[in-house]
Amino acid sequence: MAEYTLVEAVTLALAFEMRHDDSVVVLGEDVGVNGGVFRATDGLLKNFGEQRVIDTPLAESVIVGMAIGMAAQGLKPIPELQFMGFIYPAVDQIINHVARLRNRTRGRLHCPMVIRAPFGGGIHAPEHHSESTEALFAHMPGVRVVIPSSPGRAYGLLLAAIRDPDPVIFLEPKRIYRYGKQKLEDNGEALPLDSCFVLRDGLYVTLVSWGASIKETLEAASQLAPMGIDAEVIDLATISPLDMDSIIDSVSRTGRCVIVHEAARSCGVGAEIAARLAGEAITSLLAPVMRVTGFDTIMPLYRHEEDYLPGVNRIIDAVKASMEYR
Amino acid sequence: MDVDFKTVEFLDAGGVLQRELPPDLRSRDALLKLYRAMLLARIFDRAAINLQRTGAMGTYASCEGQEAMGAGLGMAMREDDVFVPYYRDIATQFQRGVRLEEILLYWGGDERGMCYQDQPEDFPISVPIASQSCHAVGVAYALKYRRQNRAVVTTCGDGATSEGDFYESINVAGVMKLPVVFMVNNNRWAISVPLSKQTAAKTIAHKALAVGIDGYRVDGNDPIAVFHVLGEALAKARDEHRPSLVEALSYRLCDHTTADDANRYRDKQEYETARALEPLIRYKAYLQAEHGWSEDDDKGLYGECDAQVKQAITVYKNMPDQQPGEFFDHMFVSPTRDLQQQKKEWLAERKRHG
Repeated sequence: MAEYTLVEAVTLALAFEMRHDDSVVVLGEDVGVNGGVFRATDGLLKNFGEQRVIDTPLAESVIVGMAIGMAAQGLKPIPELQFMGFIYPAVDQIINHVARLRNRTRGRLHCPMVIRAPFGGGIHAPEHHSESTEALFAHMPGVRVVIPSSPGRAYGLLLAAIRDPDPVIFLEPKRIYRYGKQKLEDNGEALPLDSCFVLRDGLYVTLVSWGASIKETLEAASQLAPMGIDAEVIDLATISPLDMDSIIDSVSRTGRCVIVHEAARSCGVGAEIAARLAGEAITSLLAPVMRVTGFDTIMPLYRHEEDYLPGVNRIIDAVKASMEYR
Repeated sequence: MDVDFKTVEFLDAGGVLQRELPPDLRSRDALLKLYRAMLLARIFDRAAINLQRTGAMGTYASCEGQEAMGAGLGMAMREDDVFVPYYRDIATQFQRGVRLEEILLYWGGDERGMCYQDQPEDFPISVPIASQSCHAVGVAYALKYRRQNRAVVTTCGDGATSEGDFYESINVAGVMKLPVVFMVNNNRWAISVPLSKQTAAKTIAHKALAVGIDGYRVDGNDPIAVFHVLGEALAKARDEHRPSLVEALSYRLCDHTTADDANRYRDKQEYETARALEPLIRYKAYLQAEHGWSEDDDKGLYGECDAQVKQAITVYKNMPDQQPGEFFDHMFVSPTRDLQQQKKEWLAERKRHG
């Protein structure tokens, strides 16, 4: 079985689905000849031709807007927005049309599409290339928001997203695009959407994270184990809708929850999870829900991006504070 | 480069035919079909305003003055073409199978007004200005991808041509050689802002030059001219994948919507001048002079259209309401756990408080 990085797993899933479904088309800036600036669409043009792998003009709104027209006609478009920092011209199309077409027409027209965008910091990129604004999209009724955090989950979740008859915003954590390889069988098996993944079983505290921060969260859990703190790690994976059943199931056993995300703290997805735990599982909680997050600041340029990103030490400190709470 | 787009006209302001009729309009039936589409839109429009004024419907965007371009476009399109409209297009929509009561339902606050039970592929009215231009490009891409001999028409107002989405869309249509026609209803006003404040371009048709597609100007108050130009543009779109931008010249003989008062910003003299050039009077004069159309014929057709509108209003007013909490049901193909829970809570609350 061959091994793949996360970004290679994305390419693998795209190619699998394009081989098996000729209604799947990929469009965006530099996705064709160049294979995407991160090479996520590498080789697709050669295999599927320029009718299905479309180098578009540099115009984000029409990239997503035309995907709506394609989707309404039964195609399954996969628009790529080159970086999350450049997705905002398309937000009008996403919130006013992508998210609403099924509801507006009571299902007569609908919008099966996957909007892919790399996101997050940590790769020393220029200004506007490092933010994590997944909460913006999680606040839009009518779209799913999915974030993989391993090659296997990138492959399985992307296949599920493409096959779903409704729109999915698929955010790819570029910091771990090439962090480690994983054995993968290219068998077209999808993973379930709307479900968390328990990455590590534990007894005393539940760590919830997603995207690239999963790396530091797992590392923190490893370092906590010798201290006698046995942490459960959950990859949220689908940011919207939340799989609260799985989180509550875990927290009802551990009694403690620490949420780790790169995005700004206030009104982040962590706030929603904390509110839901307070509303639905307060009697299980032995300590306040803690959040280890980015700050309510502009993401610093790369010299200071590590100051902003939640690191292993901050996670460990929060877990200790949770354990010591009386 | 100094380019002029000559305005295509068939009827002059007095309704006198200036050139030979397009082949498809060389029958009294076809000419009357155009007239009926215009008259139905006018009668419906006035009835809709009355419904709003009497509290039986919400805010409504009138199309008075735009009937000719809607009628001409509707007749030029083939049934299997796709229409991606904005909100002054009822004359076209009715010809394409959208039910009159559906338009009333939409402005009456009911999503079922976008179901278009007899029109499976056309888009519902787009409210965010020019956003629909992008959708039309995508529909056109899909038609071409499947090698279908079909085309898309999308409409917008003159103000919409200032939007990025409009430019992005005509640009993509040109680059990708898509079977799409962008028809701009240049009615001179975007709510209170006149065209002179929208653009320094010589005409809106000139915007086609910037993106390398064909541009046309047509008298939008002349349904024959609109039919002719759209027919030509659609044939080029279907057969040659040549997109075009059609600027149809008209005048908004109404407020922007029923929530607007054009007297605040518009010169009365300008309005009176435009009123004299409105499409229905002109076309009726032509039918009377050239096709033996009598006042009795006119009254008969008026009565027929009026009855159709009254029937639609009856259907609208007697439409049973949506199921309680139906607004939860169409977010996704099947509801998420959260949506099921929220609907359950909402229904329980409703039961408690009635």
